[in-house]
Amino acid sequence: MSHYEAPIREPLILGEKSYHDITEDIAKPIEGKANKNWYIAFYISLAAMLWGFGCIFYTVGTGIGTWGLNKNIGWAWDITNFVWWVGIGHAGTLISAVLLLFRQKWRMAINRSAEAMTIFAVFQAGLFPIIHMGRPWNGYWVMPIPNQFGSLWVNFNSPLLWDVFAISTYLSVSLVFWWTGLLPDFAMIRDRAVKPFQKKIYSLLSFGWSGRAKDWQRFEEVSLVLAGLATPLVLSVHTIVSMDFATSINPGWHSTIFPPYFVAGAIFSGFAMVQTLLGIMRKVTNLEDYITRLHVEYMNIVIILTGGIVAVAYASEFFIAWYTGSPYENYTYMSVGAATGPYAWAFWSLILFNIAIPQLLWIKKVRRSFIWSFIISIAINIGMWFERFDIIAIVLSKGHLPSTWWRFEPTFVDVGIFIGTIGFFFVLFLLYARTFPVIAQAEVKTILKSSGENYKKLRDGKHE
Amino acid sequence: MSNKVIHAFYNDDEVVLDAVKTVKAAHHHIDEVFCPFPVHGLDKALGLAPTRLAIASFMYGILGLGIAIWMTNYMMIQDWPQDIGGKPNFSWWLNMPAFVPILFELTVFFAAHLMVITFYMRSRIWPFKEAENPDPRTTDDHFLMEIPVHNNEEELLTLLKETGAVEINIVEKH
Repeated sequence: MSHYEAPIREPLILGEKSYHDITEDIAKPIEGKANKNWYIAFYISLAAMLWGFGCIFYTVGTGIGTWGLNKNIGWAWDITNFVWWVGIGHAGTLISAVLLLFRQKWRMAINRSAEAMTIFAVFQAGLFPIIHMGRPWNGYWVMPIPNQFGSLWVNFNSPLLWDVFAISTYLSVSLVFWWTGLLPDFAMIRDRAVKPFQKKIYSLLSFGWSGRAKDWQRFEEVSLVLAGLATPLVLSVHTIVSMDFATSINPGWHSTIFPPYFVAGAIFSGFAMVQTLLGIMRKVTNLEDYITRLHVEYMNIVIILTGGIVAVAYASEFFIAWYTGSPYENYTYMSVGAATGPYAWAFWSLILFNIAIPQLLWIKKVRRSFIWSFIISIAINIGMWFERFDIIAIVLSKGHLPSTWWRFEPTFVDVGIFIGTIGFFFVLFLLYARTFPVIAQAEVKTILKSSGENYKKLRDGKHE
Repeated sequence: MSNKVIHAFYNDDEVVLDAVKTVKAAHHHIDEVFCPFPVHGLDKALGLAPTRLAIASFMYGILGLGIAIWMTNYMMIQDWPQDIGGKPNFSWWLNMPAFVPILFELTVFFAAHLMVITFYMRSRIWPFKEAENPDPRTTDDHFLMEIPVHNNEEELLTLLKETGAVEINIVEKH
C-alpha cells in the first residue's frame, strides 16, 4: 500500500504507537500540571525579561547615550542582536517550508516548535531596530506614509526600508503558516478538554476546525503553496538583512558574498537553536519517542553543511582581504589585522565556536549523541553571535581616518537588553510548551504507518 | 422529509478510504467524511473537485506585485522624486532594481495572506466559530462518514458493516 517505506530507513516514531497514543502523548504536557523545573526556568526567564524591559525603559527615557555607542561605532550590540535573532528564526521556516517541499518526513516532529521559535525570535529581533530609533513612538514612520503627513515619502531605495518590508512579511506569513497548521491540533485538544474554560479557549483558538474532507484538501494545498512562498521569502529575509551591510561603502561590509553567506549562517545558527531547545523539550515533555536520535542526526547534518558554507565564506573573505593588498581591508573582521588586533579575542572566539567545534559533528558517534549535540549547539549559538559582533564592531572600530579609531565597550544597558530578549524568548517558549500542541500531531499521524517502529517491524517481518 | 443520517465510524485511514470507494460504487451519496488527519486520495474517492486556492494565490500575488509597482512609482518617481545616491529618480524602470526587494515582498505578502483568508472563508473557519464535527473522536483517531438515509436504512447498514465500520449510529440531523 502507499505506506511502504524502505526497511533500511530508521523509524521516526519509536515504540508501539497507535493514533490514539499520539493524541495522548501530545496532549499530556498541556493537560498535566507543570513540574518544578518548569517553574524555576519560567521565573528565571521572567526575571531576565523584566530586567531587559527596565533597560529598555531607561534607554527610551534617557536616550541612546545610555548604550556604549560612540561616533564611530553607531551600530553595535543592537544590530548584532537583531541579526542574531533574525538568523535564529530562519531554521523554523526552513524546516516547515523547505523540508515540506522536499517531502522530508522527519520535519513533522520538529516543525511546530521550530516555527514557534521562529516567531518568538523574530519578535526579539524586531525590538532592536524599534528601540534604536530612540523615539519608538514614531516607529510607524517606517510605513509607506508621507512624512509628518505631508508629501515626502519613505525611501524605497534604502535597504533599511527593505528590511521593514521583509521582516514584517516574514513574521506575518510565518505566523499564519504556523497557526493554520495548529488548527487541527487545537481542535484535538478542544475535543478532549473536560474543563469548560479550557474547552472555550481551545475552541476559540481552533477557529471551529471540523476536519471535513474538503477542509483537509484545502489545508494541504494551502500548506504546499505557503511552503512554496515561504521558501524564497526566508532566503530573501536574510539576503536583505545582509544588504544593510553590503550596500554600504565600508570595507568589510561592501561584499557581494554577503547574501548567500548570511543565509547559510542564519540556517546554521537557527538549527543550532532548534537543537538546543528540542534537546531540553523532548526530556521535559516526555516526547523522546517522537524527537529521536535520528532527528538529531539529520539536524546535525544540516549544521555541518551550512557550517561548511560559512567556513568557506570566512576563508574567502580572509583571502580577499589579504589579496587586495589594500590597507583598509586589513582592518575588516576577517583579516590579519583583526586576528592580531585589539579584537583578537572576538576573532578567535568566532573561529573556535563556529568553525573548529562544529567539525566534531563529522564523527557519527558525536552527531548521534544528545548531550554532544546540545553542547555543540550552544557553542554555535555563541559563535554566531560573535560573527555578527565581529562584522559590526571590528569593521566600524577602524575607519578610513586613524585619528577616529575607537573601540566599543558595552554598558550594563546593552547587556541588560540582550539578556532581556533571551528572557523574553524563553518566557514565550515556555508558555508555548505548556499550552500549545508542541508536535504537529495530525501530520505525525499520517507518517505513523510508514515510519512508526511497530509498523516497520510488522512489515519487515512479513518480508522475511 | 426525514433528516436522518447514518454516522459510520472507522478507526483506520486505509479502511475508510476503501469504504468510501465501496459506498460510492453502490451509488450512495456521502454527505461528509470527518478525519483527524489528511487521508491521501480521499478527495478523489469522494469526487471532490480540486481546490482552486493555488490559482487564487497566484492572482493575489499578481495583485500584490501590481500594488508594489504602483506604490514605488507613485511615491518615488511621480509624487516626490529625490536624489538618493544619484539613483535615477525620473524613470521607474531605471530605478527598478532598487525596488526588487519591495516588489518581491509585497507579492509574497498578498499571495500568502489573501490565500489564507480565502481558505478560512471558504472552509468557514474563524475565531468564535463553533466546531461542526459531530463526534469529538474525529479529531483523535476516528473517521466518520455521514450518509443521508432515504428509506434505505437496512441496505446501508449491511453495506457499511461489510466495509469495516467499528460503530454505526443513526441520528436525526438538525
